[in-house]
Amino acid sequence: MVSPTTPPAAGASPRPADNLSTIPDVVIRLAGNSQDGIQAVGGFLARLAGRSDQEVMTYMTIPSTISGGPSIFQVRMGSGEILSAGDRADVLVAFYQHSYESHRASLRPGGVLLYDTDHVTPDPDDKTVTAVGIPMTSATVEAVGGSSKEKGKNIYVLGLLTRMFDLDVPKLTQLIRERFGGKNEDIVRNALLAFDAGYAYPAEHLSHCLYRLEKTAAAPGARPQVTTDGNTALTYGLLAAGVRHGAGYPITPWSSIMETLRTELPKYGGLFVQCEDEIAAISTALGFSYSGHLAITGSSGPGLSLKMEALGWATMAEMPLIVVNVQRGGPSTGMPTNIEQSDLMQAIYGSHGDAPRVVLAPKNVEDCFYIAIEAARIARQFSTPVIILTDQALATRIEAFDEPDLPKLMVDAKPDLSPRDHTFKPYPLDQLQRHAPPGSVIGTGKYPTVTGLEHDELGHPTASPALHMKMTAKRREKIKAVASALSPAELFGDEAGDVLLIGWGCTYGPIREAVGRLRGAGVTVGHLQLRHIHPLDHGLEEVFARYKKILVVEINDEGLYGYGQLATLLRGRFANPAIGSITKTDGLTYKVSEIFERVAAHLQLGDTSYGMRKQSLLATAHR
Amino acid sequence: MSAIATPPADTPVTIAPRAPLTKKVLTADHPTWCPGCGDFAVLASFYKVLEKLNYPQEKIVTFAGIGCSSRFPYFVNTHGGHYIHGRSLPFAAGISLGRDDLHVFVFGGDGDGFSIGGNHLVHTARKNPRMTYVIMDNSVYGLTKKQTSPTSPLGFKSKTDPWGAFDQPINPMRTLINSGATFVARSHATQVNHMVEMMLRAANHDGFSVVEILSECVEFFEGAFDSSVPRKGGAFQTIELKKHDGSPEDAARHDPTDELAAFQLALEPWPGRFGVYYENKTRPTKNALEQKLIANTREKTKHASDLELLSKTFARMR
Repeated sequence: MVSPTTPPAAGASPRPADNLSTIPDVVIRLAGNSQDGIQAVGGFLARLAGRSDQEVMTYMTIPSTISGGPSIFQVRMGSGEILSAGDRADVLVAFYQHSYESHRASLRPGGVLLYDTDHVTPDPDDKTVTAVGIPMTSATVEAVGGSSKEKGKNIYVLGLLTRMFDLDVPKLTQLIRERFGGKNEDIVRNALLAFDAGYAYPAEHLSHCLYRLEKTAAAPGARPQVTTDGNTALTYGLLAAGVRHGAGYPITPWSSIMETLRTELPKYGGLFVQCEDEIAAISTALGFSYSGHLAITGSSGPGLSLKMEALGWATMAEMPLIVVNVQRGGPSTGMPTNIEQSDLMQAIYGSHGDAPRVVLAPKNVEDCFYIAIEAARIARQFSTPVIILTDQALATRIEAFDEPDLPKLMVDAKPDLSPRDHTFKPYPLDQLQRHAPPGSVIGTGKYPTVTGLEHDELGHPTASPALHMKMTAKRREKIKAVASALSPAELFGDEAGDVLLIGWGCTYGPIREAVGRLRGAGVTVGHLQLRHIHPLDHGLEEVFARYKKILVVEINDEGLYGYGQLATLLRGRFANPAIGSITKTDGLTYKVSEIFERVAAHLQLGDTSYGMRKQSLLATAHR
Repeated sequence: MSAIATPPADTPVTIAPRAPLTKKVLTADHPTWCPGCGDFAVLASFYKVLEKLNYPQEKIVTFAGIGCSSRFPYFVNTHGGHYIHGRSLPFAAGISLGRDDLHVFVFGGDGDGFSIGGNHLVHTARKNPRMTYVIMDNSVYGLTKKQTSPTSPLGFKSKTDPWGAFDQPINPMRTLINSGATFVARSHATQVNHMVEMMLRAANHDGFSVVEILSECVEFFEGAFDSSVPRKGGAFQTIELKKHDGSPEDAARHDPTDELAAFQLALEPWPGRFGVYYENKTRPTKNALEQKLIANTREKTKHASDLELLSKTFARMR
């Protein structure tokens, strides 16, 4: 029996204290089925890391089947800056034979394979990893007893990992209590029983694979760490930005944003409408914006396509709006639970006619929060639609970051219903005009009709060639002017040299790590992660001119002419033949080694000249 | 005695008097419709409706999709918008739900409402946001010059059906009642008083109110509605509403809260009858339901400030 006062590890044999290797970070991959609760274990580890001021990043795959199916959760935690979820795992936990077979290759040589002897028979000739067989299922059943069957084996594994990596038991049991506390007390008790059983697994069986993570201490005055996924960060960014209205239609992986908004917004006096389709969703959101409340709609790839006609209207009628697109593998239904960055051209150029709009891309989970605030600011200031291009990888992975300074960031936005004076024109050619919502008295006595027809300054329809030219130019110049109001992307690494790596969205971490490795190998390399896709930051030409080669790393196809979507755009914009492209379409995030090797190939570096190291630093640290 | 001075009870509260809304104030651009178009009469009736309602001018919203009739907002001097084809209802729902203080009127044609926007009509009816929708039905695509519309009768010869249309037309009343619209009425562009009455009742209805108005396209479907125009030899048959006076003749009158009776009326042969088919005064609006949800939620959170709420959320992510 475990009570809150009994140390949960009471039954464990003493940890051999002297032969522990201290490691900077660890990559653990849990492979099972989606109903096994491996996401929960990953979540516990991620939040533990956040509460221990350690860096963390996770990666998961979710089957697109309705229920069940193979699923993985990978967590990398440790000291130092964790920028990617890790190329290869140090520890693989295999719940089933299929988990073992599919993921054995992801385990680095010298890594640890923990497998459930009740379900898995590993290859006996495989001597390159340390295989530890543990009867996870039967041990859980034995520990928990009763009718709960094998439910809880995920928590058993959590106990096991806690012991292997000398993790913080009180913090983890506290997390378990928080997670299951609202439910039946039996559930908490069973979870703790399973945790203890895993933790108490005889240490002699694990003696050759016990580690300790380097401790990190928070810098004095540092803000507390929070741990969450990108969709959640983006949602709360919208709330901080004062966005109180929205509309949407369910589609993976966008849905969790609308679900959270639907339940959170009423607390803030706002509301979110679930609509009959994507077109209705953007239309209702535009209706909210028209009524004076900047609104949000969102979707994933195919849904964004459906919204395109309305998006054209928003540009023409100069209506503020935020559109979130959580990209996934396409075209069509494509690979709904995989990552792809193939909607860039759609975001910029989709819709009919010349319809310029703003497109932003967050670079990591934390940035999902801040980019939402930036998007709202731009939409309001320039009375324009703004698309946030995030993706499946950012949406679902968990990272720890500094808690935002909310008192400084919160925006209180009320509709501006002040009377407009006699000079009011809804569409002046020579200045920015913010939309006058209904309820505002118009001093001229002439009330405006917002319109999708080409119009004069007062909103009257016109087919005048001169006016269409002037208004088209006005809408274009307005979006160009946005760039002057933005802080350009920060250059990382060498300020000049062999190669500049450019990325956007979720490629940030792996590119940044690859830069470190390339520089370690003697290459001079810089990195720019573009957050502002349309309009582009000012001053890029100058930066580009300082490098022999510019390589754009993105997760999409090279297209008919050999360049990824951002690379195509940059080549068109700068007509710079030094711009090259690194693309892929496997539906997975970049591994650091992939980028390293592809850049090396572009630079025509032989394996020997730069001593390419294929094994991670981590691998050598463990040996 | 309290130190706080209370104003004398007889202090008159002075509010600057507002000039009543007049046709002159409400008139904007000159209509672009063809001479003889039924829509002119709908516009004139709408001015009368607004004069009678006398809402503050800046709180009226006149909105539309695409089509001849959807040009409407340019001709009415209120806040308004001209949106994309078929999607004006979800847009207007956003206006209504975003701002409960506004009076939202949506205008459109049969193509806008029953064809490209058919899905939205069904779902807006289901959700019951507070707004009034006027469908100016001419049974033909006029702006694109004579193609078959969803209400074109069987046998109608158009540019897309030169041999005569053979797709079954929509029955607007049946469709609207079936979708759950809480106020459904039908009128005729040749009957100004009737149109005014129907639009007034619709505007005063608390929910999604729809008035279908047969409005002839003299250019592409001349004489479409002659069978309900007395001076063309037809009959304008109105629906007499129950007075609940216990009189024997009252038994034959229509009870608009009776959905089945409304269906029966809707199934009467062409040209059918004009008036209020259905009215449901008990179903709450989406506006009210969402406001109730907000109020209950705010109660649960003890009216915490935005900053308090969000700070709490982040504290849970630690």
